[in-house]
Amino acid sequence: METFIRRAPRAAALVAAVLLLALPPFVSSFMLSLMTQALVWAMLAMSLDLLLGYIGLASLGHAAYLALGAYSVGILTTRHGADFWTSLAVGIAVAALGAAVFGLVALRATGVYFLMITLALGMTVWGLANRWVSLTSGDNGIAGVPRPRGLPWDVSGALPFYYLVLVAFAVAFVVLWTVVHSPFGKTLVGIRESESRMRTLGYHVWLHKYIAFVIAGAAGGFAGVFWGYYNGFVSPADAELATSVEILLMVALGGRGTLFGPVLGAFVIVLLRNVVSIYTHRWLLILGAVYIGTIVYAPEGIIGMARDWLKARARAPLRPAPSP
Amino acid sequence: MSGPPTNTIALELTNIGKAFGGLLAVDGVSLAMRPGERRAILGPNGAGKTTLFSLISGEQPVTSGRIHLFGHDVTRTSAHRRAALGLARTYQITNLFPRLTALDNCLLAVQALSRTKFHLHRPLTGYAGHFVRARAVLDSVGLAVKEGEQVRNLSHGEQRQLEIALALAGSPRLLLLDEPTAGLSPAESQLMVGLLQRLDPAISILIIEHDMDVAFEVTDRITVLHYGRVVADGLAADVKTNPLVQEIYLGAAEP
Ligand SMILES: Nc1ncnc2c1ncn2[C@@H]1O[C@H](COP(=O)(O)OP(=O)(O)OP(=O)(O)O)[C@@H](O)[C@H]1O
Ligand SMILES: [Mg+2]
Repeated sequence: METFIRRAPRAAALVAAVLLLALPPFVSSFMLSLMTQALVWAMLAMSLDLLLGYIGLASLGHAAYLALGAYSVGILTTRHGADFWTSLAVGIAVAALGAAVFGLVALRATGVYFLMITLALGMTVWGLANRWVSLTSGDNGIAGVPRPRGLPWDVSGALPFYYLVLVAFAVAFVVLWTVVHSPFGKTLVGIRESESRMRTLGYHVWLHKYIAFVIAGAAGGFAGVFWGYYNGFVSPADAELATSVEILLMVALGGRGTLFGPVLGAFVIVLLRNVVSIYTHRWLLILGAVYIGTIVYAPEGIIGMARDWLKARARAPLRPAPSP
Repeated sequence: MSGPPTNTIALELTNIGKAFGGLLAVDGVSLAMRPGERRAILGPNGAGKTTLFSLISGEQPVTSGRIHLFGHDVTRTSAHRRAALGLARTYQITNLFPRLTALDNCLLAVQALSRTKFHLHRPLTGYAGHFVRARAVLDSVGLAVKEGEQVRNLSHGEQRQLEIALALAGSPRLLLLDEPTAGLSPAESQLMVGLLQRLDPAISILIIEHDMDVAFEVTDRITVLHYGRVVADGLAADVKTNPLVQEIYLGAAEP
């Protein structure tokens, strides 16, 4: 049974990977676009999880990095004819730089104060997207972002583009997986569990948080680059508070502190959003309800529920006393 | 940070004070410890013992006075830098990483003073040396069999032992122990005393202890605090018979 508990998540991950690889040629174009979107949001959710799940810092400004990555693509491709690699490099760098600056401000605080400050910083980016018209075209947004150029394959079709995003997702997953399993990643969990003990053990706690904050921002920007390419359009809506809330909810719903959780959360929310929008415009209301439901009924998210269920199942056969 | 010669004073407090608003929790304490010295701090509840530890460890800034650690003036030095100089502490109220395993707790303690704590390009499982050291530390407090157990599921006594293990992991030269036997049964206390007596004699130990017997078994010098001030300081035998100490301490203390 022990092995069953250990194998079940691996089997589930394997099935998911096979589906992500093999399914797309056979699904409708609507479904394909949902899957592409979900992969981008999954990258964002994983990057936020570094803060929320590993260090225990809830940020309400993560859309800022999505926007920094997406605007980099929008501006570079439409005005400077930049190719994929340039856009990608600049998108990541700009988001990392943004996080490096924001981190100096936000990491002075913890808990609710951290939440409020990241919210304010996120709103700043949203404000800039709206007001710095010469750079961002303000309200109108930047339209006409072409599909990535300069890659060995043509990715202008929806299916090849999906596979490009899938590769990006795999890269993000492997990089973040390595980080959270590294000695550095362990220090983040230590900080979540007891900051004061980490300090007296000899850790410069702020520095560890800051490095993680910048990595999370850079990874958010990485996702943003693909969001810009996917939509072909960048607008202040990408930097909205509602967007940050959605990313946060994906992590909480799926299960923070695991990388699979946010991915699952992203797929559920993206599907839900598109199904719900057929019936009602009150998406935010539903999002709020899902959030409250998660906090009350599944504080450790879907992954946490599954883990508890597996453990209960593993224990169940032991209950009747074994007869000789 | 290179270590100074071993004959320098391990810890020197010069007239240090800590005010919380109008309350002087620590009030002009001076104290010096030589390397290898074992000293107990006694005093009734609220005497300022734990606060004194937080000042030494750097978790709280002093409001007055100076602190020297192995010859370095660390009065304004951050807690993690003091740890790097060879200082470690334990907590009166257990302060561990509850949702991590006992082994992971020790791994965090082991890598705290190593550059590898910034490595993020390969899994921690590849650092065999850290695992060897972490297991040795766990073993030294008798918790080897519990390495895979989440710390929140350990008994209180085991958690108190792990407190010591985390402090020992960085091979400290000065150890601050805040009531290591708090909440332990007499039998568990005796195990703890044995553990402390077996520690490397080169380590200086400052121990807050409500249990006089434990204090006398582990240390040879005693400092008594009362309302943040040192009211007695000397060899265990002398302090024990000090009438002021008997009045304050036995009046307010435990069984
Ligand atoms: N952070 C703080 N803010 C305000 N007052 C504090 C703070 N920490 C401690 N005090 C006060 O300082 C005094 C000394 O507290 P401290 O914890 O150092 O005592 P102690 O000697 O360790 O007591 P005990 O034996 O109960 O552990 C107490 O009156 C306490 O209420
Ligand atoms: Mg105390």
